[in-house]
Parts: sequence; C-alpha cells; structure tokens
Amino acid sequence: VSVRPIAVTPAVPVSLRRSALDRRALRSLLLSAGAWAAALIAAVPLVSVLYMLIVRGGARLHWELFTELPPAGFEIGGGFGNAIVGTLVMVGLGGLLSIPLGILAAIFLCELGPRSRLAQAARFAAKTMTGLPSILAGVFAYAAIVLLTGSYSAPAGGLALAVLMLPTVMLTAEEAMKTVPRITKEAAFGMGCTRSQVIWKVVLPTAMPGILTGVMLAVARAAGETAPLLFTALFSNYWLFESGRLHLMQPTASLAVLIYNFSGMPFDNQIELAWAASLVLVLIVLFINIVSRLIGQRRV
Amino acid sequence: MERAGSAPVSAPPSGFDYLADRGFRALAQAGVWLVLLLLAAILWSIGGKAWPGIRDFGLGFLTSTTWDASRNVFGILPEIWGTLYSSLLALAIGGFFGVVMAIFLTQDFLPPRLAQVFRTVVELLAAIPSVVYGLWGLFVVVPAMRPLADALYAHLGWIPLFGTSLSGPGLAPAAVVLAIMILPTVAAISQDALRLVPYKIKEAAYGLGTTRWEAILKVMLPAASTGIFGALVLGFGRALGETMALAMLIGNSNQVTLSLFSPANTLAALLALNFPEAGPRQVQVLMYAALVLLAITLAVNVLGEAIMRLASKEQGRR
Repeated sequence: VSVRPIAVTPAVPVSLRRSALDRRALRSLLLSAGAWAAALIAAVPLVSVLYMLIVRGGARLHWELFTELPPAGFEIGGGFGNAIVGTLVMVGLGGLLSIPLGILAAIFLCELGPRSRLAQAARFAAKTMTGLPSILAGVFAYAAIVLLTGSYSAPAGGLALAVLMLPTVMLTAEEAMKTVPRITKEAAFGMGCTRSQVIWKVVLPTAMPGILTGVMLAVARAAGETAPLLFTALFSNYWLFESGRLHLMQPTASLAVLIYNFSGMPFDNQIELAWAASLVLVLIVLFINIVSRLIGQRRV
Repeated sequence: MERAGSAPVSAPPSGFDYLADRGFRALAQAGVWLVLLLLAAILWSIGGKAWPGIRDFGLGFLTSTTWDASRNVFGILPEIWGTLYSSLLALAIGGFFGVVMAIFLTQDFLPPRLAQVFRTVVELLAAIPSVVYGLWGLFVVVPAMRPLADALYAHLGWIPLFGTSLSGPGLAPAAVVLAIMILPTVAAISQDALRLVPYKIKEAAYGLGTTRWEAILKVMLPAASTGIFGALVLGFGRALGETMALAMLIGNSNQVTLSLFSPANTLAALLALNFPEAGPRQVQVLMYAALVLLAITLAVNVLGEAIMRLASKEQGRR
C-alpha cells in the first residue's frame, strides 16, 4: 500500500515561520471554529431539556404530587404518589432478581473460569442482551408472565427490568473484579484460604465500589425505562397497597408510563403533571448517576 | 479476631471450608447457566409465540403494507421502512455530531478540566429517560421545526424529501430526537478509539509540519477508523430499538414515504402502541413483528461487536 505524502519537503529551503493567513492555517482555523460550533450545538438539547423541566415541571412541584392519586379527565389537582411507589417497587423487584444473579455470574467469569467455554458464551450472551431493544424485554415478560397469569402486574414489569439490568450489572462487576491485584489474592491463598474465601474476603470487598457503580447505573437506567413497562405493568390509578392489602398481581403505575400516558392527553392539568413527573424522574435518575460517579471515583 | 501467638495466623481450610467452597463454586456456575438460560428463554418465547403468525402470514407479512385487525390482514413493510429510514437519518445527524464531539474532546481543544465537564454533559444526555425526550420533542422540537418545515414544503415541495407539510408529529422531529439519543453512544466509543491511537503518531505528523486539522483528518481519524465505524454501527443498533421517543413523535401512520415531514411508524412503536390492547390473534402477529425487530437489531449489534473486536486486534498490532 502506497502512502500519500502528508507534507511535502519543499525543493527550496523555506522559512519555518508560520503565517496565520496561510491557506492551510486558515483551513485549520475554520475547522476548529466548526468543531466549537458543533460541540456547542450538541450541548443545546441538554440545556433545553433541563430548562423546560425546571420551568414547566418546577411550576407544579408541590407536596401533594407525592401523596395524591393521578386525576381523571377533567379533574384539577392530583399527583402521582402511586406511580412513584410503583416505580420503586418494580425497580426493586428487578434489582432483587438481577443484582445477585449478575454478581454471582461475574464471580464465575472473573475468578472461577475466565477462559472456559461457558464464560465466553455468557459474555457473548450478556453483550447481546445489552443491545436488546428494551421493548423486547417487555415482549418477553409479556409472554412469560402476563400471558401465563392472565393479568398485567408489577412482577411482570420487574422481570422486564431485570432482563435490562442484568447485563450491565454482570459486565461492570466483572470489570471491577478484574482490577483486584493478583498479589492480594495470592497472599490470601498463601494464608490457606479456599477460593470462595478469597472471593468473599478479598475480591468482593476490594471490588465493591466498582460493582456498586454498575449496580447504580443499572438502577438509574431501569427507573427511566418506559417501553418494557407499557404492556407488562400497564398503568393504574390506584395505590399498590390499599385498605391493608397488597395488590401485587394488579396493573401497576410507574412514573415513566404516567409521563407517556399524560403527554398525549388533551388536558392542561395532565400535561403539567407529565412535566412535573419528568422533573421528578430526571432528578431521581441524575441523583443516582452522580452518586454512582462519586463512588466510582473513590476507587482510583 | 484471633491474636497472633495464641493461634497460627494461617491454617489449612477445614472440612467445612472445603464443603462451603464446593457449594459456592457450584452456585456461581449455576448463575452463569441461568444467564444463558435467560437469553435462550427470551429467544424461545418470542420465537415460539410468533410461530403461528409466521405459519399463517409467511414472508408476505414483511412486504405487505396493510394493517387491519378487523379484516385480519397484517403487514409490516411501512414499519420496517420507517425503522430503517428514521434510524439512518438519526445516524447521519447523531453520527456526525458524535464523531465531531469525540474529536473535540480528545484532540486538545479544551483544557483537561473543561473537557471532563463536557464529557460529563454528553454522558448525562444518555442518562435522561427516553420518555422525557419524547415529551420534550412533542412540546419543543415539533413547534420549533414547524415554520422551517412548512417553508421548505412551500418552496421546495417538488423534492420528495419535502413532499408534505409538518402537521404535528413526523419523521423529522423523531429523527432529530433519536439523533440526540444516540450521540452519547457514538461519542463515547469514538473517544475511546481516538484515545487509543498512540500520541507519538500525532507528534510524528506535527513533526512533518501538518496543521492541527491535517493531523486529525489524515492521521488520527484513519488510525481510529475501525473503532469509529464500530461506534456508528452500535449507535445505529441503538436507534433501531429505541421505542418511546418514536412512539410519541413519529405519528404512527402506516405508510411508506420519503417525505421528512410526514408521519410514519416503526417496529418498536408498533409494538408499544398495539400490545396493550391486543387480542390473542393480534398477539401472534405482534410477536412476529417483535421477532423481525429482534433479528434486525441482533444482526446490527453482532456486526458492531465484530468490528469492535477487529479494532482492538488492530490496536494490539501497533
């Protein structure tokens, strides 16, 4: 392969002094200006989203949002207390299923059989699941639970979220455990530890900040997911716990689905609530994100 | 804690330790099997539920343009077209800005502190839930775009791209929002690719007398091209499966169109809108559509991963 010369040696010796008005220098300057412009344009959406959330969502921010139920058609007021509870319960269920399984699998991938066929297959499976459109996780939970039990429910939503959280938890936990220095582990083996003891007493505590970062990123992502909940948990205008009973196998509200449902309604009250719910949701998600970043930084 | 002196600090594992070790290792292995089983269950349940639909509608399902539940006629050509068209548009916009952003953040345009701030801003773009982008698109992007779209339609309406006016939701606002959503993916992976190019290569280019942009365009980008290409493919994969912003912004109209401003539909949006009220017959058909979406995204993502693996191999050779 012949390489095109990038800079040509001049036949006559020239001054090495660079002129700002040289054609090449000007072109470089112009492109730099373009890059600055593009970077600033790319920052516009985030600024605009945050501005709209604060102005339109902030206007409606009030305690009753967290204690009241969603309003029907022409009602005024109302809130989304049940949706916050629903989101927490379903993300909790998803975490309960995916976090132990993800960490357990990561332990095998990193410590017990990193180069085994099984580990390679699992890594490929996790990568594939990372690219899985979130709505297909919903389709799976629909087929596995909704069709089976005949009802939309919180566990169906939790399962869909678990499918989305699992690969993130597993792959980041593996990366975190890989950074544990080998000599530390070997020292523990030298003291007479079994492999499990090394994992429990050395690898997991040392890798904990990294594992937590992955877990929190997965939780943040799951909290904002809408598509997998649309037809697994559906929506509800009632509390999950009502008159002393837990309606776990009933349709369950979530913040994300509330935003989607209310955004398409022709009532101002509902649209205001959608903005307020967006603000609350983004605050939750950004809060978890920033905390996970802080935990991750301490690792270094 | 035992004191050194009263008992040895190190000791061989007891019989119980051996048993616990065996048990825990078996448990971890079972966990890995469970992960594999889960993926198999996903593929099997979607495929199995789609099978009656595949048997009844065959390949004609992919090329037919009607969706009429009352007459029991189903086809998803408009959705396949809409999915690919909107994702390609988003890739063109988001890919361009993502790569420029990656160059901007890795090629010493900013002092390191400020570059870190910008990098965080781009990562936070990815953290915002897609349903919030949908709401923002509905109330900000669509109204902002309408005057421009209508002017283009009025003056250049003979070009098929501008063949309709923007009466509300449509392809163009959906593609713009989708572009914002894939920008962080493209930017992050491209940054990694650019950062992996050894610094001495750039210094060598400067030594030959190149300007900053000659070094970027003729040395850095070609050296990182495989990784950047992988970033674009993975970004495309993300765009294909994105659901909420599209379900809210694309207008859900069952037509094959070139016009940027007309409503259209995508596979993911079709699933999102029809599943909640689907009868048993429609569920089979929707499962078939889900399987098609799964096949398309799987193919694109496997391709992207393969390219990334190639890129890291190239890196190893340097």
